[in-house]
Amino acid sequence: MPRPRVLILRAPGTNCDVETAFAFETAGAAPDVWHLNRLLETPRGAGDFQILCIPGGFSYGDDIAAGRIFGNQIRHHLAGALGDFKAAGKLILGICNGFQVLIKSGILLDDVPAKNPPVPNGEGATEPPATLTWNDTGRFEDRWVRLVTIGDRCVFLRGIERMYLPMAHAEGKFVARDADILGALDRNGQIALRYATSTGDCRTVPYPDNPNGAQLNAAGICDETGHVLGLMPHPERHLDPTNHPHWTRGEAGTVGDGLKVFQNAVEYFA
Amino acid sequence: MLWEIDIACRPGLPNRAAEGVATAAADLGLTPPKLTALQGYLVQGPTSRADVERIARGLLADGVVETALVARVGDGALTEPPPGLSQLIHVLPKPGVMDPVAQSASDAIADLGIEVEAVRTLKKYWFEKLDAKSLDVLARKVLANDAIEQVVVGPLTFDRLEIGQPYRYELKHVAIREMDDAALMRLSREGQLYLQLAEMQAIRAYYRDAKRDPTDAELETLAQTWSEHCSHKTLGGRIAYRGPLTADGGVGERRFDSMLKETIFAATQQIRKDLGAKDWCVSVFKDNAGIVRFDDAWNVCFKVETHNHPSALEPYGGANTGVGGVIRDTLGTGLGAKPICNTDVFCFAEPDTLADDLPPGTLHPKRVMKGVVSGVRDYGNRMGIPTVNGAICFDRRYLGNPLVFCGNVGLIPRDKSFKEVQAGDHVVAIGGRTGRDGIHGATFSSAELTHESESLSGGAVQIGNAVTEKMVADVVLQARDRGLFTALTDCGAGGFSSAVGEMGQELGAEVWLERAPLKYEGLSYTEIWISEAQERMVLSVPPAKWGEFQALCAGEGVEATIIGRFGHANAAGQPRLELKYAGKSVADLDMHFLHDGRPPVVREATYTPQPEQPLAVARVPGASEAPPQHVWGAAPLAPGTPPASQQDHNATLLKILGSLNVASKEWVIRQYDHEVQGGSVVKPLTGVHNDGPSDAAVIRPVLSSRRGIVVGCGINPRYGELDTWHMAASAIDEAVRNCVAVGADPARIAILDNFCWGDCEKPETLGSLVRAALACHDVALALGTPFVSGKDSLNNEFSFVDSAGQRQSIAIPPTLLISALGQIDDVSRAVTMDLKRPGNLIYLVGATHNELGGSHYALIHDLTGGRVPRVDPQQARRTFVTLHRAINGGLVRACHDLSEGGLAVAAAEMAFAGGLGLQLNLDRMTAAGRSASDVVLLFSESNTRFLCEVAAEKAAEFESTLAGVSCARIGEVVQGSRLAVAGLGTAAPVIDVSLVDLKEAWQAPLRW
Repeated sequence: MPRPRVLILRAPGTNCDVETAFAFETAGAAPDVWHLNRLLETPRGAGDFQILCIPGGFSYGDDIAAGRIFGNQIRHHLAGALGDFKAAGKLILGICNGFQVLIKSGILLDDVPAKNPPVPNGEGATEPPATLTWNDTGRFEDRWVRLVTIGDRCVFLRGIERMYLPMAHAEGKFVARDADILGALDRNGQIALRYATSTGDCRTVPYPDNPNGAQLNAAGICDETGHVLGLMPHPERHLDPTNHPHWTRGEAGTVGDGLKVFQNAVEYFA
Repeated sequence: MLWEIDIACRPGLPNRAAEGVATAAADLGLTPPKLTALQGYLVQGPTSRADVERIARGLLADGVVETALVARVGDGALTEPPPGLSQLIHVLPKPGVMDPVAQSASDAIADLGIEVEAVRTLKKYWFEKLDAKSLDVLARKVLANDAIEQVVVGPLTFDRLEIGQPYRYELKHVAIREMDDAALMRLSREGQLYLQLAEMQAIRAYYRDAKRDPTDAELETLAQTWSEHCSHKTLGGRIAYRGPLTADGGVGERRFDSMLKETIFAATQQIRKDLGAKDWCVSVFKDNAGIVRFDDAWNVCFKVETHNHPSALEPYGGANTGVGGVIRDTLGTGLGAKPICNTDVFCFAEPDTLADDLPPGTLHPKRVMKGVVSGVRDYGNRMGIPTVNGAICFDRRYLGNPLVFCGNVGLIPRDKSFKEVQAGDHVVAIGGRTGRDGIHGATFSSAELTHESESLSGGAVQIGNAVTEKMVADVVLQARDRGLFTALTDCGAGGFSSAVGEMGQELGAEVWLERAPLKYEGLSYTEIWISEAQERMVLSVPPAKWGEFQALCAGEGVEATIIGRFGHANAAGQPRLELKYAGKSVADLDMHFLHDGRPPVVREATYTPQPEQPLAVARVPGASEAPPQHVWGAAPLAPGTPPASQQDHNATLLKILGSLNVASKEWVIRQYDHEVQGGSVVKPLTGVHNDGPSDAAVIRPVLSSRRGIVVGCGINPRYGELDTWHMAASAIDEAVRNCVAVGADPARIAILDNFCWGDCEKPETLGSLVRAALACHDVALALGTPFVSGKDSLNNEFSFVDSAGQRQSIAIPPTLLISALGQIDDVSRAVTMDLKRPGNLIYLVGATHNELGGSHYALIHDLTGGRVPRVDPQQARRTFVTLHRAINGGLVRACHDLSEGGLAVAAAEMAFAGGLGLQLNLDRMTAAGRSASDVVLLFSESNTRFLCEVAAEKAAEFESTLAGVSCARIGEVVQGSRLAVAGLGTAAPVIDVSLVDLKEAWQAPLRW
């Protein structure tokens, strides 16, 4: 079996592409980093890859809102190509800013009929069901968070029960448009990755264990197929045991917790 | 047609911008007003409302959490007050000030297929009814900064956005040949050239010889190039020094032709010579950053810059562009280094300073600190560079003149570490466009700040756009690897004038200014030439590579423009710098005169050592006047018998932990991304709850390798009050020991100097700096620790007219930052400072002396005098090497350096970081044969000391490894939750405090 090819898509301001490529490579995949401009020129080029990953960073400076401009580029120019990619059962991963892009582009969760004031020309007839918005603290924060997985829907999280990963973001608070949407995501097992306390509780998780105030302590969301995952914490920043904050205390394993996310993606194509 | 789009939070959701205003008002002692805040966009161009609605809902507003209101400016809907609120205030960036969000929005709107002429952001506030005075205070002190923003009270009063006027070419000459000395100085001041008389005279003489007057562009080029900021003429120049030549020597004299070369640089040269074939320095004091060897494939480089004056006027923008500038320094080193981590060190006045105590023209220190931290955060994080190390010092004298040190480490392939421009290469500008922002930054930063600086030099203040710089970095590193250019440098102070002037120094250059891409119309040729607009770099691209380079830039969306050609000589074959605007020559300078024509000025420097005074109470109780009243007559404190107030060591320890310099900086550190790039090994915060203070950071810059770099720093302006020699020696020792404490090899540590001093035209001020530089030479040489780069910032004084009409001046305390770049062969040998396991033994490595002068013990008890901590460099070197052997041998479980607050503070930090109890016995310290007093043993700040945790089974090996340096087993780690220290000659504890109380004292002050 040849190594699965990974398209790592970067835009101006993307800044985790190097370590994300390294993570996929370590996991046994063949990553290729493309500038968004290249995909916009040849959208069908995506078809040559098995995995699409949008890494972390500040695409377009987080200007207007994190992931919005990159998300709009996908909405207006790449919806077809990425829709086909998804329909072919391929995998899509969005990390941090990549998660923000996946949510705002409509790739991760389909738009829903509009409830909020519609727009005269009809473009507002549908709208995103959820968003990632400002942390409750109102500022960027970098800290390590404990995570637990829920259910087995998501390909990327197979065999993972817990992870300890760093988060570093300002706009990571997951908010659904309304309680019905949130409830449905929960019931479907799509809120697949959650912030947890040191005892592993992911139901009542006060700050800073839930670092941003996300609803239902959501740290990562997958689509209905489990092939598309967006998560705020950074698995690519915990590949090596010495990344673990307590490695000098003897608490790290032989590999970092994050590696398994990338290995799962590779094994899916084995 | 001008439209306004207002974005509001959905009802029931928190309004963060409004909360921020209320908090900022409360910080300044104002009654927090009732308000709401909206984010606005002004969009000029579209004629159809449907288009603007599409922009609002499809791009600007997040329908899940926000609502949007669209209307034409002037429409009553925009000025309809929310319930209970009536006062409307708009804050907009001034025309020409960088507005990154507007720029991005403009591009994204175009991507929707809608044409726009201009976009600008605004902040819109509705307040409850305010009287005119409160309104004014709020607007000036909380909502807006006059240096970059304008306030519109009530409805907007314009219906068009300013987008520049066409420029009318007119060549200007300055009739310098006829000027007398007084006129020369007036020109220097009013033209914001800030040159000295002798320099103005040299220019006059040059043009008299040339039988013509200079153009304004020529004069500006000379002023930029000869500015203190660009040329470092004071410290790199001639100095006649009178004072001691060694730490304790008698007064002597020394004349320097170039002070820095003969002290700091000379030490490095000697070290390199001594290393011979093992020399690991690559390029020092030459390029934008100092370069040293890392491994077989890579070198690393390091640069630390200051951005003090811009940060004083506009903390966010000043710090923001300070980070951006130093990143461009490493990016422009050799043929381009990849930035791999940032460091940030700040000096502020105390954030609890009363607003009423502020001199006119100063911003409140809390506002300065918050702004600076945000500026650093937003730039470093957006660039994807981890910020891993820093420090913050507080002193009232930084009030009008805060210090902002920004550092950056870069990784560069060994074969890309040198640059050489070739004749015939294109002069290529890439990155941001040129605007009127940042005019006169270089000359401004070399002048003293006054309360009028804000209005005079507003143009020198800028906002950065990190994404533009990230795009530039992406292009530069790819082009480097493809060999598409021969040299590059950043546009920093002086803009194109410095960048092209420097790159073309040997070969000359011709520049076609009208080709430079502009942000808006209306810039004169001189403005284009000296603008310091951010995020620009200049490269020399061989014509044969231009096509490939251009294609690369286009693919990344980076603008690249040929603006000239390198290689330009006069009839005699001398390199010259010729500027043209639309074919007309507007400047023609001899490179030799430009770079070497500055007349040497001999400056006087004197240093009179202060006789050592006993440690004594500083001021009469109740008196709070600064400077403190020295009571020299007070009886010296005999060791062991301090007055009653100073006998409570528990209280002293808690107070030192809570003093601002020592207190936890977690509020700052958490706002920086210190994990990006994936190589973090020892983080700034460490321990069982990830909140203990690390001594230095360790990162693994090459993910496939185990080799690491170590970054630390040393700074202690308090010691400089007593003796700048010992301040310098202590700062070097601290920077090195911080690195050694986490596992760095002391034989591979490179250091940088950043001198921030007051007005060095004063011989005593310059003398105190020369003394520090002499110490740097001696200590660096003795430690075998080379300086590889440095930067100075002089004239850090703030003058104002007080309420009584008197002119007052506040000079900063002499401040030397030493930054250290260490290396570690295998990062798995690194250690952290948190205690690991009960039963492990605690050793104190290094000797303790009665050195409480400048200590934090003295600070919190208001004591002056005392002996300032010294460094015995030979002993220090031995200690560093020996301890490193123990750490590298896996014998040490935890290690923490002793600095502010001495043993007691270090022990407390190790204990609460590890969540384990600690029992120490001071008698064990005297057993090592050192000074005898509980106060001295607990709180002295003697250099070159470490606390080490060692497993019992490794104790013998540790002790034998440490043989030959001072090392005493002084206690052990225990299960439990207290720090207990037995005093001299008694089993009774002199310190016994719970870890909870210690940690709370340390965390509370800056938990914002």
